[in-house]
Amino acid sequence: MADTASPLLQARALTKTYGERIVTPVLKGIDLDLLAREFCALTGPSGSGKTTLLNVIGLLARPTDGRIFLDGHDTGNLHDDARTRLRARFLGFVFQFHHLLPAFTAAENVMMPLLSRHRRRKSWMRPRALELLEEVGLADRADYRVIDLSGGQQQRVAVARALVMDPPLVLADEPTGNLDTEASRRVLQLMRSFNERRSTAFLIVTHDEHIARQCDRVVHMVDGRVDSDTRNGARVAPPPD
Amino acid sequence: MPFELFVALRYLREGRLQTWLILTGVGVGVGAIIFVSALITGLQQSLVDRTLGSQAHVVVRPPEEMPRVLERRDSALRATVVQRPPQRVRSIVEWQRVQDLIRRIPGVVAVAPTVAGPAMAVRGLGATSVTVRGIEIESYEPIVDLEGKVVDGRFDLTGFKAMVGTELARKLGLEVGGRVRLQAAGDRGGVYTVAGIFDLGNKDLNERWVFVSLRGAQTMFNLVGGVSTLEIKGTEIFQADNLAARIRDRTGLDAESWMTRNSDLLVGLRSQSQSSTMIQVFVILAVALGIASVLAVSVVQKSREIGILKATGTRTASVTRIFLLQGAMLGMAGSLLGIAIGTCLALFFASLATNPDGSPRFPVDLNLVLFGRSVAVALVVGLLSAILPARRAARMDPATVIRNG
Repeated sequence: MADTASPLLQARALTKTYGERIVTPVLKGIDLDLLAREFCALTGPSGSGKTTLLNVIGLLARPTDGRIFLDGHDTGNLHDDARTRLRARFLGFVFQFHHLLPAFTAAENVMMPLLSRHRRRKSWMRPRALELLEEVGLADRADYRVIDLSGGQQQRVAVARALVMDPPLVLADEPTGNLDTEASRRVLQLMRSFNERRSTAFLIVTHDEHIARQCDRVVHMVDGRVDSDTRNGARVAPPPD
Repeated sequence: MPFELFVALRYLREGRLQTWLILTGVGVGVGAIIFVSALITGLQQSLVDRTLGSQAHVVVRPPEEMPRVLERRDSALRATVVQRPPQRVRSIVEWQRVQDLIRRIPGVVAVAPTVAGPAMAVRGLGATSVTVRGIEIESYEPIVDLEGKVVDGRFDLTGFKAMVGTELARKLGLEVGGRVRLQAAGDRGGVYTVAGIFDLGNKDLNERWVFVSLRGAQTMFNLVGGVSTLEIKGTEIFQADNLAARIRDRTGLDAESWMTRNSDLLVGLRSQSQSSTMIQVFVILAVALGIASVLAVSVVQKSREIGILKATGTRTASVTRIFLLQGAMLGMAGSLLGIAIGTCLALFFASLATNPDGSPRFPVDLNLVLFGRSVAVALVVGLLSAILPARRAARMDPATVIRNG
């Protein structure tokens, strides 16, 4: 696990444009350091580039320009499989619409990253998944198909899946955007508790100011750029070049 | 269980209706292949068996007699008319040596010396032309199983005993123990006792062929110590043409294979095989398109899930394997279903019409090679048809499909 003070993720001069004939710049030079164990919100109006930034630093999309270092590894020249391996080792994902696999049970969904990493089912995998489902309060739903769970329960399964590989960083894209107030509160509480107990860093894309206020750090984006970056109310200095 | 197999099986189980539909499609396709192959192979086998049930694979005869034109050593211009002489029954020169020579040719199973020639079969006022065939039972039995074709009496050619066909017996009113005069050219022949009546499965042969002992035929055709034909059985029936060519090369005699004698039958068999192949090709194509279309739809339906799998650490090769495995499993399971369908259909068809002896009129040839080949073809077709959908799935950009589905 990385040191608290050392950057877990470093993004330098990230740009991302879409389209070939009509070029649309979405990220316009992002510099961002994320420290280990940080609980950070990424806010901004719609179209400001939050989800694109999350995808780029989550190695789901390649930047048009700029570099990303994940725990010191330069991800720039890596081929797709190496990026996938790095993603599996360092990153967990929670998506707005949970994006679980409907053909599988809650426990199987949680185990999925382990199964694909180790290529076959091992005896310790299910206990590990059950342990996480216990932590998110869904041990009694382990063998339910995920389509039989409520939205809030599905999102908690997604949180358990994101944490099953014990990644140092979880990227969450509007994790409560589709939930009612009570379910939102519970999911956020869960992520906070994992952050505190397991020292997992979280980068949470959100529109919800209430969630942002509960984060230690808030990065605000406007029009593809970092507009403000504050940690516990104090401005965070931009990373060195 | 490997990860990819676990996911592939679950996807097939989840898309139950689609899976059953395509399994049924593959099953019906493979069933059709098995049914058509079994029927056509069975019919062909039956035809070949019937044809070769009364014939040797290769028959060797002395070259035909041709007149020689005497050349005179002067410059006079002459008009010459060359007339083809009437062919008579002649012996193969040094036939024992030729027989040994042929036995040593690779691919020869058995050689039987025989004498065959035309004669008249006379009973009372009834007479008909026949072909008298003189054979030695021991050497001829491996070539043609005559014993199995006796329908009345027994297979006995000792002394002046003869075997006649069912049609000749009917025509001349012959019964076992009855007598018939066999008379060859030059008023040679004798009165023979009918020891048995045979059925070669061919009306014409049943009317024309009369079997006597080799010695009796040699006397009848004035060939004492000689034989007019050597009849040969080879290891491969469809290599008989090549075997005949090798025998011609080694002996310089006329060697004719059953394939030459039955060229019409062979053309028919080849046409049948070709039409069977065409049917199989189109069925395989339909099966391939069926599997490919189901998997292509599945890739589109599951594009978001593929993105999620990739986002959560599943490698591109694993995604490809998940879809290839689905194709292979559909092919494999469909082919097993097809074997069951094809076998039932073929057996049902064979039971519809039977010969008087209880054997099916439309024999079917169901064998492990056919089943194994069908499974292998369906497996390969399943894999090949899954390649394009699998590649499409593997190429998907996780960020895009997660966002857009």
